[in-house]
Amino acid sequence: MSIEEKQNLQTYQSSDFIEYPQSEKEVAAFIRKSYKANIPIELSGSKSKKKIGKPLQCAKILNLSNLNGIIEYLPEELYIKVKAGTPIQLIEEKLKKNNQQLAFEPIDFGYFLNGKSNYGTAGGQVACNISGPRRFKVGSVRDHVLGFRGVNGKGEIIKSGGVVVKNVTGYDLSKLMCGSYGTLVALTEVTFKVLPTFDESMTLIIHNQSIESGSGYLSDSVSSSNDVSGAVYFPKNSDITGCVMNIEDTFKLNDLKQDGSITAIRVEGSKKLIEKKTNNLIKELQISNLNISVLEKNQSYIFWKKVKNLEFFYSSNNSIIRIVIPPSENVKLIYQLSNKYKYYLDWAGALIWLEAFELSEHMFESIRKKVVKIGGYVTMIKNSEYLPYVEEVFTINRHRFNISQNIKKSFDPKSILNPGKMYTGI
Amino acid sequence: MTKLIMPKIDRKLILNKKVEIVSELKKITKAENILDHEDQLRPFETDALTAYKQKPLIVVFPENTKEVSDILAYCNQERIKVVPRGAGTGLSGGALPLADSILLCLSKLNKIIDIDYKNRCVVAQPGVTNLSITEAVQDKDFYYAPDPSSQIACSIGGNVAENSGGVHSLKYGTTTNNIFGVEVVFMDGTITRLGGKTYDSEGYDLLGLITGSEGLLCVITEVTVKILKKPQAVKAALIGFSTIEDGGKCVTEIIASGIIPAGMEMMDKALIHATDNFVKAGYPRDAEAMLIVELDGTDEEVEELIERVIKISRKNKSSSIKISKSEKQRLKFWAGRKAAFPACGDMAPDYYCMDGTIPRNKLVQVLKEIAKLSKKYDLPVANAFHAGDGNLHPLIMYDANEKNALEKTEKFGAEILKYCVKVGGVLTGEHGVGVEKRELMCEMFNNNDIQQQIKLKKSLDVSSLLNPGKVYPILRKCAEEGRVHVHRGKTKFTDIPKF
Repeated sequence: MSIEEKQNLQTYQSSDFIEYPQSEKEVAAFIRKSYKANIPIELSGSKSKKKIGKPLQCAKILNLSNLNGIIEYLPEELYIKVKAGTPIQLIEEKLKKNNQQLAFEPIDFGYFLNGKSNYGTAGGQVACNISGPRRFKVGSVRDHVLGFRGVNGKGEIIKSGGVVVKNVTGYDLSKLMCGSYGTLVALTEVTFKVLPTFDESMTLIIHNQSIESGSGYLSDSVSSSNDVSGAVYFPKNSDITGCVMNIEDTFKLNDLKQDGSITAIRVEGSKKLIEKKTNNLIKELQISNLNISVLEKNQSYIFWKKVKNLEFFYSSNNSIIRIVIPPSENVKLIYQLSNKYKYYLDWAGALIWLEAFELSEHMFESIRKKVVKIGGYVTMIKNSEYLPYVEEVFTINRHRFNISQNIKKSFDPKSILNPGKMYTGI
Repeated sequence: MTKLIMPKIDRKLILNKKVEIVSELKKITKAENILDHEDQLRPFETDALTAYKQKPLIVVFPENTKEVSDILAYCNQERIKVVPRGAGTGLSGGALPLADSILLCLSKLNKIIDIDYKNRCVVAQPGVTNLSITEAVQDKDFYYAPDPSSQIACSIGGNVAENSGGVHSLKYGTTTNNIFGVEVVFMDGTITRLGGKTYDSEGYDLLGLITGSEGLLCVITEVTVKILKKPQAVKAALIGFSTIEDGGKCVTEIIASGIIPAGMEMMDKALIHATDNFVKAGYPRDAEAMLIVELDGTDEEVEELIERVIKISRKNKSSSIKISKSEKQRLKFWAGRKAAFPACGDMAPDYYCMDGTIPRNKLVQVLKEIAKLSKKYDLPVANAFHAGDGNLHPLIMYDANEKNALEKTEKFGAEILKYCVKVGGVLTGEHGVGVEKRELMCEMFNNNDIQQQIKLKKSLDVSSLLNPGKVYPILRKCAEEGRVHVHRGKTKFTDIPKF
């Protein structure tokens, strides 16, 4: 039995510990009661990302999955207002019917973390603020939340934002909700900005490039005028003890036959336009004499779905770490890390996903130190059985910790909402 | 000038401590950076909302972050109010001084520190103007996307404080979507960096929180902005309509068809005439409404989009369509729109620019209401509309020399904004709340919402010394309007400062 299963057994002995409110009012009443009685609450939705962050041991669980449903969807106004427990898949299906989408590319963490596909809920996506490969072009979850309603740690219903893109009325609390892991407010309603889908997607692959040149192509492609919407680099498979990430096994695509590194650049739009943009890229990057190939339509779609949903790690029991850095620093950092860990670059070189076998806390902190030094941050996304717990899942410095603690108090004075989920003391 | 209730003035401070404060400030910054004579203070008595004027106690121009930090720490210790000011181009009175405040001018922090093409960003001090960032990188075909009309003068620090937008924000977002990081100083003097040169940052999105916080939470001393590669091609279409309804439907249909134009502006007849008289932009003078639709991308993309826009416009009974054939002509199309404010200034002695945002499909309904109100108040109005993002700018024309004219105009403006909120919009799209729309906050937020925001403010500025009297309503006013429950003269939330 894993440590986590043991903890779960001890903490959540019966369903009495889990509350399933049916309405915002019930959420408010429950939190008000807990506030008065000093009872800490764990917030949950569909539990797809429950394992991200520090483990919680709260007396009560407030499950918001019954706050489910689309409240208002106006395609021509480019927004959808939903209850916070609404599954992301339901939202995406609804949007697809009108050729619209959540452009930040919600990630399916379900399979990666729990062995079963689960995109999670609207509230969960907002709480974690982790976005897919299109991030550098369209922004992350935080750039697509127009407004919210929720209940603070005193049980008061609050709201901020609205349904329009341009809005500077009061503090932008919607941004603050994004990435707060449920430590400030129990979200009950979220309004997302939606955007048109693209007719087609095309992916230009440059084979067998070193990290230096691959990273250079990523950077040059997003600095071109070709509206690139995805840029990743996968190094050649190498033998690193215990690491299982395998690009070839994951990408079993007809048009992708070779065994070296992959530099992949995506363009999206109408068929005629993306062909032209791909040709422009080949010209501008001066790569016509290199080993290149192009993935069209379905193959391109499947490629990016695998990238987005972290499929390379599905069979891994190792620690999985997410590193965000200024893109200019990636090669140097990779040289410091790559002989110990497996990795790939996303977000045009600004994001590194790392698989680490038998990672100790000391090693994790040593990675963090290197990353912080170059202006980046590190998150432990998935713990391994070897290292089931790390003290600092997220990265923060003293000043920002103090500010965050003050902000937490202003929303949740008794620290009853997901206490300690992000940092001890917040 | 209408009477504005501001936080209680500390008269003792004004009478007894001014000399001492000046001498303390001289220990922090050069004497030439401190203004304290009445005549020297006059240029700083207002920002671009000139209806309100108030000289500060002292004006100070720090030259670096350390000086900003030392000034704030000193003021925090001595309980002196501080009002930060960028270029003073704000339209909502956000930089209006208080009689007992130090006006902290960031205009000497005016250097571009780093141009980093590898990470596609520019690091600038807060006093650098918006336009000069684009000018610094345009030789490599890069630009900074948010482009408020005042971009030639407004500062990037002020842009962050107000979360400024511009005509391209539907496609490219506002300031909040276009910055990577800031260096800020809190009221207690703490210097902190939020974000950097990375996408997003971990923990609470403090960068997102301070963007648009109107100088109430901290003072910005450095900004890292994202720069974008210029699109290969940009073209604009000038489309006339014989009714506002047709224009409104056309806007909705363009968006519904999946096109996100780089900019989409609408003007009503009054403004078409005013601007065309002013700059001879070649606008369709017989039209009741006119759209400027700008499309960008690769050459082929722009051609394809223009075709689609023409088709949709014809379907919606456009009366005229002109497509820019050259960069010069495109800029001419924009010249009228960009001159909307001075053009109105040419038509009446004074004008008052409002700023609300509405769902696009409510445009016709809101314009009809504005026309009704225009008759009620007997004041002419011209309307500019960032149709892409729903941001409406009614320009009310009046003569400030007429008795009570400003009061009447302000009432008219307030009614427009209340109506914007009623149809699902917000009080301000890009100008900020400042002192101008402070009392209207109760229209949009209830007591819980406002108290939460005030608690947040207090968590970062314990004594509420940074830009007090702005953004949040004076509670008494809310109580008068019945939005705060007052029981036997006792209000709730006694721990919250009442301005």
